[in-house]
Amino acid sequence: MGLTARHLEANGIPTVVVGSARDVIEHCGVPRFLFTDFPLGNSCGRPYDAAMQHAIVGQALDLLEHATMPRTTVQSPAVWGEDHGWRSRFLAVTEENRETLRRVGEARRRQRAEDKAANRIR
Amino acid sequence: MSQEIDPAYPTFVGYIDRTRDYYRAHGYERPYRYAFHSEVPFAPLGKPLAQCRLGLVTTAMPFDPGSGDTPRPKRVYAAPVDPLPARLYTDDLSWDREATHMDDRESFLPIRRLQEWRTAGRFGDLSPRFYGLPTEYAQRHTRETDAPALLRCCREDGVDVALLVPI
Repeated sequence: MGLTARHLEANGIPTVVVGSARDVIEHCGVPRFLFTDFPLGNSCGRPYDAAMQHAIVGQALDLLEHATMPRTTVQSPAVWGEDHGWRSRFLAVTEENRETLRRVGEARRRQRAEDKAANRIR
Repeated sequence: MSQEIDPAYPTFVGYIDRTRDYYRAHGYERPYRYAFHSEVPFAPLGKPLAQCRLGLVTTAMPFDPGSGDTPRPKRVYAAPVDPLPARLYTDDLSWDREATHMDDRESFLPIRRLQEWRTAGRFGDLSPRFYGLPTEYAQRHTRETDAPALLRCCREDGVDVALLVPI
């Protein structure tokens, strides 16, 4: 999405990105970025929390209107919740799952090699 | 059990590190090279926001109306904001399945929330269509095919400014 924001912007359409993967978006480099520090998926607010979603969209509009230079990041003051466990759990590699992940990877590569040999994929 | 912030570590998740380590644990030694740019374009608003037509962009894909739960082939599309899209396909995207769900479209495609701000006069009007583009592994495809296609859609509809929400 960062690439597309850049393309629109370079062609004269001002953009604002609302997202939760701060490092990915800033690595790409976009003109205006509203960062919501949430688990990936609901960048515009908690599901069914219309008041939070309304506030976040308003913050994005403020940023769109008032940014004066590229790479302007604003962090939304919205808070996902009291429990921050999602931060460490997402795509976690632990002693408990390390062997499982290795086996899943091996199985995927084996399947891919078979599909390739049978011309099911390029 | 509820976990608190540990101030010894950065608060926000580093997805580039996390993804690289996760796939390395699967045996993939060559990490994904995320898009990186040192130069960033910037287009100031050409007119007051209150006079601008706003376009909303998502990475969610539509379902194929002819075949039930099958997502359409991955390509750029534009679809009406009225009536509101009932369902969108997000199953192939990298959202946090343990922490949340995607059952509320407004949490990632905030058409109603934008209509509220439009009614309040915060921007001129909402484009009659929203726009979608697929999340592609190949950045070249996004740069050379999808982003230009999305720009064409925006121009067809007279979009002045865009709000993009990646999933």
